[in-house]
Amino acid sequence: MAAKTAIRSESGKVRRVIVVGGGLGGLMTAIKLCEAGVPVDLFSLVPVKRSHSVCAQGGINASVNTKGEGDSPRIHLEETAYGGDFLANQPPIKGMTDAAPGIVYMLDRMGVPFNRTPEGLLDFRRFGGTLFHRTAFAGATTGQQLLYALDEQVRRYETVEVEDENGMAIPGEKMVRKFEFWDMLSLVQDGQGVCRGIVAQDLKSMQIEAFPGDAVCLATGGPGIIFGKSTNSVINTGTAASAAYQQGACYANGEFIQVHPTAIPAADKLRLISESARGEGGRVWVPKNPKESRRGREVPESERDYFLERRYPGYGNLVPRDIASRELFVTCFHEGRGVYNTRTAKNESEVYLDLTHIPKPTLKRKLAGILEIYEKFVGEDPYDNPMRVFPAVHYSMGGLWVDFERSADGGLVHGSPRNQATNIPGLYAAGEVEYQYHGANRLGANSLLSCIWGGMAAGPAIASYRNNMGSSAYDAGSNLFDGAKKREQAKYEAILKMDGPENPFQLHAELGQMMLIDVTIERHNDRLDQVLAKIEEIDARSRKVSVLDTSSRMNQSAQFVRHLQNMIVLARVIAQGARNRDESRGAHFKPAFKERDDANWQRSTLAMHREGTNGHGQVNYVRELAYNLNGTQVNVSDAVDVGLVKPRPRKYETAGAASATAADDKAKASPSTTSV
Amino acid sequence: MSQAKNVKLKIKRQESAEGPARYDHFEVQWLPQMNVISALMEVRKNPVTSDTKEKVAPVNWESNCLEEVCGACTMLINGRVRQACTALIDQVAPGGEEITLEPMSKFPLVRDLVVDRSRMFNDLKTVKAWVQLDGTHELGAGPRQSPENQEEAYPLARCMTCGSCLEACPQVNDSSNFIGPSAISQVRLFNLHPSGKMHAKERLEAIMGEDGVAGCGKAQNCVEVCPKDIPLVDSITQVSRQATKHMLFGWLFS
Repeated sequence: MAAKTAIRSESGKVRRVIVVGGGLGGLMTAIKLCEAGVPVDLFSLVPVKRSHSVCAQGGINASVNTKGEGDSPRIHLEETAYGGDFLANQPPIKGMTDAAPGIVYMLDRMGVPFNRTPEGLLDFRRFGGTLFHRTAFAGATTGQQLLYALDEQVRRYETVEVEDENGMAIPGEKMVRKFEFWDMLSLVQDGQGVCRGIVAQDLKSMQIEAFPGDAVCLATGGPGIIFGKSTNSVINTGTAASAAYQQGACYANGEFIQVHPTAIPAADKLRLISESARGEGGRVWVPKNPKESRRGREVPESERDYFLERRYPGYGNLVPRDIASRELFVTCFHEGRGVYNTRTAKNESEVYLDLTHIPKPTLKRKLAGILEIYEKFVGEDPYDNPMRVFPAVHYSMGGLWVDFERSADGGLVHGSPRNQATNIPGLYAAGEVEYQYHGANRLGANSLLSCIWGGMAAGPAIASYRNNMGSSAYDAGSNLFDGAKKREQAKYEAILKMDGPENPFQLHAELGQMMLIDVTIERHNDRLDQVLAKIEEIDARSRKVSVLDTSSRMNQSAQFVRHLQNMIVLARVIAQGARNRDESRGAHFKPAFKERDDANWQRSTLAMHREGTNGHGQVNYVRELAYNLNGTQVNVSDAVDVGLVKPRPRKYETAGAASATAADDKAKASPSTTSV
Repeated sequence: MSQAKNVKLKIKRQESAEGPARYDHFEVQWLPQMNVISALMEVRKNPVTSDTKEKVAPVNWESNCLEEVCGACTMLINGRVRQACTALIDQVAPGGEEITLEPMSKFPLVRDLVVDRSRMFNDLKTVKAWVQLDGTHELGAGPRQSPENQEEAYPLARCMTCGSCLEACPQVNDSSNFIGPSAISQVRLFNLHPSGKMHAKERLEAIMGEDGVAGCGKAQNCVEVCPKDIPLVDSITQVSRQATKHMLFGWLFS
């Protein structure tokens, strides 16, 4: 039974697609769907303008090559694959880096106030893992500015009417309907496992409803809050991804968690000081004398150890984040050379990030946003004295597994319904919630790009899936949705009755502390075994929490109990994945297995959920996946597609090492050109 | 100096706009770099009042980024509207004074410190705060812009829709429909953009009259409280001038 038309179901309802998450990935998906004529229901935990994308600071990568450096999307592809230690499939990276210049132009057309050159062109700056000026930026609040631009475009679609097949407006139906302050609880799946919609809860009234959608796209961001304090926003618990995983979606490369080298510690969160500080010339150092008691600015040049520049002369302070974070960790923990605090008479876990040699007007124009954060939260003047920083959990390279269709030239087949598709038919994912673009380590300023590109790929893929689907979700029958709603209502009722001895917020602090210490920069198998045992203990205790609040109106405690349960499930995926992978690659570093092991581990970690006999989840690792897309069987394996850039050892000691092949190719293509 | 200090909070509690209000008192341990948000986070780990030792429901509040770029955690702290994340305990209560937290008063209450600011997002629709794009497909580079234009636009573009300016504005009250400074400033922003200004007329028409620019009483409270130092008064003056010009001479060009 096919739907009546592309717009209406058999029963006459307007056929919508559900997007969960209103950051860059979700908004871009929504815009692309609207442009394809597909109406959208957009769900978000917060008003979409307050999504976590606002926290991105430094910029967005695109090889526009306006600085005469010979940059190109080909080099961007190579440096991204190399920076990710060859764990990412390369066709999607190619799709992204090829599209990047067009994406930045599009954002400029939308009105993003990017910094300008004197000639009125977009300005670009340097970022980690590259020698090229490739990063477009709007001060140091680029993520906020990009989010606002997409938010504005989606708001316009909230005022645009849905048209029927004859071009007539359908009264009362707008292209985008927003559901802000709604929490996704679960997917609605039919008897064949096809995703037909979601169940969600209104966080003001606590009402639970089921919503049909011809397809669902999750763009719900990363799970950083599992680590307690991080650079992430408080909503980044990974709850929706965890729910989808527990319903059969594959979670890939969960163990790859990016720790950003430069953040400022505090009681509630670890605030990021963007890599753009180093992109604009900021230098990282510690005093050569570990008991140095003078203020940073008073320590003479000759008595400073610029340890990143010393160890990595090729890329210096702009080595990729995994390497910089490890070096900071070694300097502070293993060598005990963190900045000395005369008050406590000990070496703190802090190094200097120094901008004081750069003229103040330049800093104001390019970095004011982050320097303002430092001033407001630390109460010190970063123009006058070097900032004190330390690494913090920042980004998840891993996430929901998503597919792609490879084209003959090793790139992407644009518009293929396989792009951004999870292994649950009808469920798509875009943005940090999925694992596709960054491999074992993400390069700075590639996340804004991958979120927007993910949405650009997901929108057309979903439209194509929807055009070819057998029957609309709106004709799936009310029993399916009533059943799903009742199931979630029962679960919520059970949470409201929880009256045990444990405090859920306290329990979360315990989980976070443990994950932060043992599952981040350095990983040891004996410690990971203890973590896994402790996760089981925390899981058991999470069933004995008190809900603390039984109100039937906005009830943040009850909501948090659910998020905590979902965080524990993903914590297990992350820790178990780390335990299994006996090698070092990108952000995953084991001192007992220092080398990358391509023979055994050049492959994606594919985790599937299984209910254990004790009611706890178990992680089942698979080497192959199969799913059915509108009647076509798709079979994939965990092998990484490295057809475009052949894996080689990753070294940042020598300048140009990350872009060596592209440079070679270029030299071969034009042998007569002499390089200068 | 090193002895354990406590942070004292007095928080307005209300189940709903209709329900009765009360104040709960809490005390939590002081932590380095502590802000109002971390104090609230400590309270929910053990939600017991400090005076009556009563177990109460944890306080509901809105927050997200915790670095003053999302605008979510806006509330009244000791009677002054601001973000709770940048309200450092050592600055708000240097001598260990009790800190009073209340929800903003110009928006409908949801619960405790949470209010409903959806009117602000609707106002952005009213003023058409967007550049009308032909599409997101590749259309080449955007219009060239001088660095000066960018430097005028960027501060305006940092508005987080936090509501501080509406809270502080005497003209925003139960008996007025004044749209408030933030939406007017967005009119200025989009009328500055080379393609945005092609639809300047529609935006100006949306803010003419009593509920628009004419509603401003020039109290200038908005610039005082704006956490991002957005030149809101300048924006109102400029947009007001644009609107007057359009009203007087617009017909000449139509």
